[in-house]
Amino acid sequence: MPSFITNYLDKTVQVTPGQYGSPFWALVYILVVFGGVSLAVVCMNWLERKILAHMQVRLGPMRVGPHGLLQPIADALKLILKEDIVPEGADSFVFLLAPVIILLAVFSVYCVIPFGPAHAITDMNIGILFMLGVSSLGVLGIVMAGWASNSHYPLIGALRSSAQMVSYEIAMGLAVVSAVLMTSLNDSGTGTLSMIDIVKAQNTQHIWFVFKFFPLGFVAFFIFAVAMVAETNRAPFDLPEAESELTAGFHTEYSGLRWSLFMLGEYAAMIAVSSIAITLWLGGWMRPFPNALSGSTWDLAFSLFPALTFFGLAGMTFYSTVRMPKHAFFRVQTIGLGAFGGVFALIGLILLVPPVRDRVQDVYWFIAKIALFLYLYIWYRGTFPRYRFDQLMKVGWKVLLPMGIGVLMLTGIVGLRTEIWEFLQRLVHV
Amino acid sequence: MLSGIAILSGVLVITRKNPVHSALALILTLLCVAGLYLMLYAPFVAGVQIILYVGGIMVLFLFVIMLVNLERSEKEKQFNQQWLPGILAALGLGTLFVAIYIKGKNAFPMLPPALPEADNTQRVGVLLYSNYMFPFEIASLLLLVAIIGAVVMAKKRI
Repeated sequence: MPSFITNYLDKTVQVTPGQYGSPFWALVYILVVFGGVSLAVVCMNWLERKILAHMQVRLGPMRVGPHGLLQPIADALKLILKEDIVPEGADSFVFLLAPVIILLAVFSVYCVIPFGPAHAITDMNIGILFMLGVSSLGVLGIVMAGWASNSHYPLIGALRSSAQMVSYEIAMGLAVVSAVLMTSLNDSGTGTLSMIDIVKAQNTQHIWFVFKFFPLGFVAFFIFAVAMVAETNRAPFDLPEAESELTAGFHTEYSGLRWSLFMLGEYAAMIAVSSIAITLWLGGWMRPFPNALSGSTWDLAFSLFPALTFFGLAGMTFYSTVRMPKHAFFRVQTIGLGAFGGVFALIGLILLVPPVRDRVQDVYWFIAKIALFLYLYIWYRGTFPRYRFDQLMKVGWKVLLPMGIGVLMLTGIVGLRTEIWEFLQRLVHV
Repeated sequence: MLSGIAILSGVLVITRKNPVHSALALILTLLCVAGLYLMLYAPFVAGVQIILYVGGIMVLFLFVIMLVNLERSEKEKQFNQQWLPGILAALGLGTLFVAIYIKGKNAFPMLPPALPEADNTQRVGVLLYSNYMFPFEIASLLLLVAIIGAVVMAKKRI
């Protein structure tokens, strides 16, 4: 094998391909992340419809494949075959550019998301700034789409969306700053903006930032968790695409593949902001209790989790295979479902092999936390009613923003409490 | 190449008839300037440039442009009759730049010293809160005044 492939595989290399300066492996990582995110979006599409349906005591998609498992593929085929319409009077250049910009902005964020200590495309020393900056570019795409459509609903949707995203970005930024401030509260007093170092700081401080200075870390996390739902235009803050008022908001006039690009961008943005929240507050790739429950026994126990998850999935699949109706019409579907379970079990077996087991750990825990967030997103959509626009602005500016400033100041005060106490004592003695 | 794109899109900003196209070209210019900052080993400034200018200010620009009546402004004559003072001012600025470039060649070394990129952000922070504390605080006070002024002007009854 050529040396540019082999030298990164050396066990002593503990940095990301971007830092190592290996374009080949950076490209491989980019392709893996792009493919993985697209696959996750497809799965998320199916899961969202299924979970929402079950929350509302419906069945959801059941026709295409067993339990509607092939529904996303059928949808994707339909969207690709549909005609790509540019409405009359639309600004065609801007109209065609808008979905591309949204996708570009969202997928650039994945450059710095650390799936593990060395499993990121690259690590920048301004990582979190880069993320905030690039994800704020997404609103440009929405504004362009709404304006270029030359239609009322998209324009109103785009106006709402830009107002909403600009105002929630501030609260989001303040919450992020308080988390970055927490990284600097160590002996040397220097913090970091790099995504990988933020997670490492949580490891050395032996605490997830969500629990640090309880409840300060939790409040900051809460602000971020609300702002990130607003930022991705999801329920209950989905005013830019409120179906009952604006048909589909800023992407009303889009059809076919370009419409699906918007959907891909929205779901990929959900995964991206969830991973920011995980990196900043929930310990990134670290497994639960990496310091309290350390030692080889616990390491072994926790390293079995990925395989156990897949065995659980396989078990669920086999259970529903057995419960499929015994009828000649369903025979193909039953066999397909069984094969699907078999694939899950096989993946579980592969994950049991020790070298694989050790390497996928970080990625597994990161993805498990993302999955938790994505379930929360679906849960919100199933339970919360939509906000009115003035309520939305009130929540953003009058609740989250003051809370964010307060948390930031309190974090600084609590973090420097010994210094401030000494200063006060000296004042009194003088 | 970055500066080439920046100049090209800068020219597009003033030649496009459609204000939204101008704004989009301006965004491209600002992104290129951020890229130039990155090449000057100033990642923090580049990041802030993207967040503030592209993500904040330009979005508000587009917001305002979409709210005003576009059809009328598109039919209006783009340039008024002041091209002579314009050209004179541009020539004056150009000669100033050239003069500075020739005179100041010795003051600024051609190749910037390889600065440590890693602690750039820390250095910016330390400088802002030590040597340049006073200007920094004045700037923040100015922003506060601007915010209060905006609120006073926007609100009819306080």
